[in-house]
Amino acid sequence: MFYREAGDFKTSYVDDSQTFPIAFDRWRYYVVLAFAFLVVPFIINDYWANAVVVPFLIYAIAAIGLNILTGYCGQVSLGTGGFMAVGAYACYKLMTAFPDISIVIHIILAGGVTAAVGVMFGLPSLRIKGFYLAVATLAAQFFLIWLFNRVGWFYNYSASGQINAPEREVFGVLVTGPNTAAWAQYMICLVFVVACAVVARNLTRGTQGRKWMAIRDMDIAAEIIGVNPLRAKLSAFAVSSFFIGISGALFFAVYLGAVEVGEAFGIQKSFLVLFMIIIGGLGSIFGSFAGAAFLVILPVVLKIVGADWLGWPTDLVAHFNLVIVGALIIFFLIKEPHGLAQLWRLAKEKLRLWPFPY
Amino acid sequence: MKDMYEPYVTDDGRTIGRCLMDMRNITLRFGGVEAIKNISFDIREGEIRAIIGPNGAGKSSMLNVVSGFYVPQEGEVWFRGTKRPPMKPYQVARQGIARTFQNIALFEGMSVLDNIMTGRLGHMKTGLFSQAWWYGSAQKEETVNREAVEKVIDFLEIQHIRKTPVGRLPYGLKKRVELARALAAEPKLLLLDEPMAGMNVEEKEDMSRFILDVNDEFGTTIALIEHDMGVVMDLSDRVVVMDYGKKIGDGTPDEVRNNQAVIDAYLGVSHD
Repeated sequence: MFYREAGDFKTSYVDDSQTFPIAFDRWRYYVVLAFAFLVVPFIINDYWANAVVVPFLIYAIAAIGLNILTGYCGQVSLGTGGFMAVGAYACYKLMTAFPDISIVIHIILAGGVTAAVGVMFGLPSLRIKGFYLAVATLAAQFFLIWLFNRVGWFYNYSASGQINAPEREVFGVLVTGPNTAAWAQYMICLVFVVACAVVARNLTRGTQGRKWMAIRDMDIAAEIIGVNPLRAKLSAFAVSSFFIGISGALFFAVYLGAVEVGEAFGIQKSFLVLFMIIIGGLGSIFGSFAGAAFLVILPVVLKIVGADWLGWPTDLVAHFNLVIVGALIIFFLIKEPHGLAQLWRLAKEKLRLWPFPY
Repeated sequence: MKDMYEPYVTDDGRTIGRCLMDMRNITLRFGGVEAIKNISFDIREGEIRAIIGPNGAGKSSMLNVVSGFYVPQEGEVWFRGTKRPPMKPYQVARQGIARTFQNIALFEGMSVLDNIMTGRLGHMKTGLFSQAWWYGSAQKEETVNREAVEKVIDFLEIQHIRKTPVGRLPYGLKKRVELARALAAEPKLLLLDEPMAGMNVEEKEDMSRFILDVNDEFGTTIALIEHDMGVVMDLSDRVVVMDYGKKIGDGTPDEVRNNQAVIDAYLGVSHD
């Protein structure tokens, strides 16, 4: 009914390998994009930007990054928070050292620095797998946080140990600092999200993505077929950390403005992003968005329902949030390891035949 | 036996060329166990070469040596007239050796098409950045290789399952997809480790037909391990027989069939 591929014929392999092979999907994607760029900036206010939309966009980038490493290449990482911190501090150092250069370039360079750090901590993945690799990345998490806490050079020896984003403009519009308009915050995050998602999709639909997935599914067979495991794994770490670095830079510069490293980029952040891709769906770009949206919106919804409507104390609502997330993780790991994205796929498969399934 | 170094034409019109792969005095040990003991044999261009032997004879180990997964402690591997230096399995694959596995080793999470496309990795050269941009060289390369893959898909008659995730396929089709993945690489030498294990008669006939067609149409050299003697004797040009890591026979199917050591190994012999 709504959703059909009948009559949608492909006459070339180029058509067949596009991102949304089904015309309906493609149009829906254009509509969502047009809405995001042309409508949302005019209706967004401070509350929505700060509570929901901006964190959603930033976490979506981080989730895409981690999904490339964990979902596509099969390398578990618990160092996401640490790598986000690298992006944030790299961005801060670049912003303060080269104030005349555009913040956009700083954010991209921060991603590049994080990619280099990620590759370094990815080296053990050539020898160890699974849980042991997760522990190695956990070491990265704690080491990086310790480093940014202890070494004054990283926070320019400020008395508080915090880093504060100076004010920067893009096309004459303020995008960082406390006086930024909500729509400007939103727009810069949106541009980065769209760019990252397109790059991630391009990489995962082509040769590189197949190398990663081959390593994930059966690394020995992949090697015998001609995948260089060293380069496949390290490229996954590099690309993944690049995205996570960008999200860390945005998180610090655009969203928070001031950061205390242990609080903003602690181990909870690593788990949060990992939960996002587990709930959203491992090995799916759409799943990264779904997971990020879910975990950002859930506490907001609970707060509105629990605290505002039912009048429960806020700490009870906060604990409820943890309980629900924990239960959902268990549910998805047992029932649907491919997460919301798989539920969405199944729904689409059903819809194809609806209302006449036979 | 025919002269080893001169090309000749078989009864059914295929040309058997010169030596493609030469294994010289290979010895492979795992700790104290000698899996392969001083074995030499060659594979000639265009032929179907079978390796047979009872269980535990070292056939799969031999194939793993050929495909570069194991490095023998002694002996030399010569491929296309040059001695193979120490190299990683993926480098051996790039030289033009593709293989299938005894226990299917497909990428379960990927579609049939993606699985076969991974077979073409050796033909894909674009870097990370052009792939991130996609339009231009990456897209062109993808399309060219997709055409090559579609030829293989047509050849093996698996068009209808192109987009199916491999995990959902039945066993016989998985075997065929695995052959497709190896073929997509356009290998000089194709190694098949028990291509017909666990198949019924009809599936075996299909697979035999595909193996003969591959050899005939693409001129691909094939080395295979197989337990079904009927299949081996019908398909192969020459047969190596192994037992307890030693070579006990080598020659045409007729020669091997009449070799006393081979008969003893298969039927057993009284030790008194």
